Amino acid sequence: MSVAVRLGRGPALGLGLATLWFSLLVLIPLTAVLVETAAGGWGAFWRAVADEQTFAAIRLTVVHSLLVTLVNVLIGTLIAWVLVRDDFPGKRVLDVVIDVPFALPTIVAGLVLLALYGPRSPIGVDVANTRTAVFLALLFVTLPFVVRTVQPVLAELDREAEEAAATLGASRLATFRRIVLPALAPAIAAGAAMSFARGISEYGSLVLLSGNLPMRTEVASVRILSHIENGDLAAASAVAAVLLVVALAAITALDLIQRRVARRG
Amino acid sequence: MSIQVRAVRKRFGAFTALDDVSVDVPTGGLTALLGPSGGGKSTLLRVIAGLETPDGGEVLIDGLPATHLPVRERDVGFVFQHYAAFKHLTVYRNVAFGLEIRRRPAGEIRDRVGELLRLVRLEQFADRLPAQLSGGQRQRMALARALAVEPRVLLLDEPFGALDAQVRKELREWLRRLHDEVRVTTVFVTHDQEEALEVADEIVVVNQGRVEQTGPPDELYDRPATEFVMRFLGPTTRLGDALVRPHDIDVRLDGVGVPGRVDRLSRVGFEVRAHVDCDGQQVMVTLDRTRAAALDLAPGRAVSLVATSIGDPARPGTTRPISAGTGASGAAEFHP
Repeated sequence: MSVAVRLGRGPALGLGLATLWFSLLVLIPLTAVLVETAAGGWGAFWRAVADEQTFAAIRLTVVHSLLVTLVNVLIGTLIAWVLVRDDFPGKRVLDVVIDVPFALPTIVAGLVLLALYGPRSPIGVDVANTRTAVFLALLFVTLPFVVRTVQPVLAELDREAEEAAATLGASRLATFRRIVLPALAPAIAAGAAMSFARGISEYGSLVLLSGNLPMRTEVASVRILSHIENGDLAAASAVAAVLLVVALAAITALDLIQRRVARRG
Repeated sequence: MSIQVRAVRKRFGAFTALDDVSVDVPTGGLTALLGPSGGGKSTLLRVIAGLETPDGGEVLIDGLPATHLPVRERDVGFVFQHYAAFKHLTVYRNVAFGLEIRRRPAGEIRDRVGELLRLVRLEQFADRLPAQLSGGQRQRMALARALAVEPRVLLLDEPFGALDAQVRKELREWLRRLHDEVRVTTVFVTHDQEEALEVADEIVVVNQGRVEQTGPPDELYDRPATEFVMRFLGPTTRLGDALVRPHDIDVRLDGVGVPGRVDRLSRVGFEVRAHVDCDGQQVMVTLDRTRAAALDLAPGRAVSLVATSIGDPARPGTTRPISAGTGASGAAEFHP
């Protein structure tokens, strides 16, 4: 085999491997969910999704994930900014602690939250069995995403471009909006996508504190599990398919927003 | 617009970047801040721009106090060594930035940006992103961007430092012509003495946070106030106790002067460098090819050396020899 031929095959092999890997891990399971959903026909799908309790669970999950993502975009960017641009005592500690919610097994996070904000809260805050519990748990586990995607981009940002903007008459706010934000937009969008995806799929951290009350605090993943426990695989797949479409729509929307912001300036 | 810097001090921790520095930049001039790296010249430029706050002293732009004026109200154009391009904006939008911030009418922005892009010869690149330009083009874009808002003064921090030698040379000639055209008071920082000598009307030599000397290029070259200035502006060699320029030494065959023997000869293009051993002291002399041939110089040949002194009618503008040990006399002739 000549060198030229092998050079040609290297990239092809890489692409093939990547496609295979992606197929095995992502495409096939996704297709399986959709096939399973389709097996029952549209009628079964609508019955499952239109079910009052299921719809409430999906709505709760999506709305709270959106809210939490919005908060993360703002607070996460702020934390990243503080970690990169400011110097304060305890900065190194904070930098490490940021990852704890991510590193913690989710059920452990659930236990921690229950102990802290449950009926026997040492600080007198009891949010057990409320929607606040869902919000709090999602906020806890998704905290690192935006911080960790924005931080390295911010650290690499050209400070002189900001100084140049200032010499050209831009206020600090204008400089942030027109110079810094466009550079951070892809990172913020990536962090937001991860945060949202994690939000709609979360189970372990909120299952203990939220109480899983039907119509009130039950989230989609809990609903899927109860469908499976009841032997209704088709209904479980239907909810899963909805979450899949929502996640896809969210990622696409974020990408579009990110492109607009990155080009605006 | 003139710039006055009065007794400015600036420290970074234990490091003194500027130590009681005063500089006067005349209106419409092209002034170079020249000195070695870490000597404080960039800090001085940033203090003038308002990008650094001095610990003491004051800055006046056009006679008005500017020391506590925020950067964006100072009306200075600033060009950075590494371009500081707005990477997500096209060349056109980069140049338009300052005008957009000032909310000028769209038509005016279009005309002004078009005019500037022609001036820096980037018209056909208006829709490109900075990443698609060469280093020299990016720096011209940065210059157009700084000029767009018609700044009172233009400040350039090592503007050609990141470019390769050829482009550097082209751009500095171009800057000189541009300045003759635009006539905005300009200060640029450089560590390249050739660049300063070639381009500037006035040179301020800055070293270790202090001004060593200020003056027109010829004056600095011919009458350096300190040994540092003399060394920094061009090659020097020692003949006896005197510090002289290698081209200001006359090589003679008639025995007048300090006797020596040619040790080594090297030719660099038009120039011949002779290393002459004067009783253990290595003296470097440069002469042109014709003169070297006329003297029939060769290693081992006995010669004598005479430093041509100041006021020599045959060689106007020759260097005044400075005897050793007068180095630190400072910026005596500096204050206005």
